[in-house]
Amino acid sequence: MRTIDTSTVEEAVYRAALRAGVSLTASCRSALDKAYAAEDEGAAKFALGKLIENSNIAREKVMPVCQDTGMAVVLLEIGNEVFFEGAPLPEAVNSGVRRAYSDGYFRKSVCDPITRKNTADNTPAAIHTEIVAGDRVKLTFMPKGFGSENMSALYMLKPAQGTEGIIDAIVNTVKSAGSRPCPPVYVGVGIGGTFDGCAFLAKKALTRDIGTRSGRADIAGIEERALERINELNIGCQGFHGKVTALGVSCEWAPTHIAGLPVAVNIQCHCVRCVKEEI
Amino acid sequence: MKKLTLPLTKQQAMQLRAGDSVLISGTILTARDCAHKRIAEYIAEGKELPFELKDAIIYYAGPCPAKPGMASGSCGPTTSARMDSFAPALLDMGLGGMIGKGEMCREVAKALERNTAVYFAAIGGAGALYGNAIKSSECIAFEDLLSEAVYRLEVEDFPAVVAMDCRGGNIYR
Repeated sequence: MRTIDTSTVEEAVYRAALRAGVSLTASCRSALDKAYAAEDEGAAKFALGKLIENSNIAREKVMPVCQDTGMAVVLLEIGNEVFFEGAPLPEAVNSGVRRAYSDGYFRKSVCDPITRKNTADNTPAAIHTEIVAGDRVKLTFMPKGFGSENMSALYMLKPAQGTEGIIDAIVNTVKSAGSRPCPPVYVGVGIGGTFDGCAFLAKKALTRDIGTRSGRADIAGIEERALERINELNIGCQGFHGKVTALGVSCEWAPTHIAGLPVAVNIQCHCVRCVKEEI
Repeated sequence: MKKLTLPLTKQQAMQLRAGDSVLISGTILTARDCAHKRIAEYIAEGKELPFELKDAIIYYAGPCPAKPGMASGSCGPTTSARMDSFAPALLDMGLGGMIGKGEMCREVAKALERNTAVYFAAIGGAGALYGNAIKSSECIAFEDLLSEAVYRLEVEDFPAVVAMDCRGGNIYR
């Protein structure tokens, strides 16, 4: 067994949150650069240029890339040989989030769902834990903005709808979102599993670097064909029309029931922020 | 690139066409979900609003806190469609226009036409860039709503695109 004090996790969450809020992932920045080069003159290219300028300003001035510094999504892959001591794990994670959102001058965007009263410190984080082999803890910190989260959807398809049904579901979700989720978007897709598990797969897909392909050839084919069809929608950056409506599509899968084909489509705006750390 | 100095006159509004890129300078007010709900309650109860709506430009935004020495934190636009149900009434009360991101509904388009007002799209996600275009920021109402309160912002060369103009022009269509 390896003993880890949860204060180490808190520090890692704190560092990751501070870094994530002010920087795009390298794969996102590079996808934006490529989109700018590919786009024809017009409002969409103008907006893409401003987004690139924005990410430079955020880095230079160490200020949030986007004012929606999101709900804190924290994925922890915990080795089964790890023993935690100290404060309970969720408390440690939330302390890291609380301190980072205060020290980083990030917006506090978490509220009660009914009264809408703000919790004022951006907690609680959305914490997902998975038990894996080994004695390490892998932390993924992803601030998730809600302009794009709101445009996400989950479908319980019929098994007969198959691959074409999956691709249609992905493309139609992006199409009906239109200009609202801050395109060009990054599309995370869950295929299979259960209702709840499928949504988590979609979220997990968004933690992959843009441009990476699934290890399964048939799923990689879905990613490529969905991306191609999305970019024919002519929504473009900010909905100003153009060639680039999505920067990427990533799919994660899991076995499902003989009677079902769940498909979850989680939309991420062009502001992809995700920091990974191993403890 | 057109330079616009606020307040926006009706004459200026008439000349703006969907698709025009502009740089806005002057005073704007932030208001988003909770502030709009509160404004609607004030109107329903016949209470006087704590700020002047006539000829004002509302920016659908909720800023990050400002770092020491800065006028504002990051402050890009939020999705305007969530304010679809509020905007027509405010335009009819004299609101000069709005800044946000994404398309607004047909009722808003009609209200823009009838009131010679304009809906501008700021670039969603460019929070740091907009934070730097803000030269001063002051909370003027509903302070308890934190980032959703109403802030009076002085902006300089704030980049935006005319999204829906006063003649039915719509960049998203």
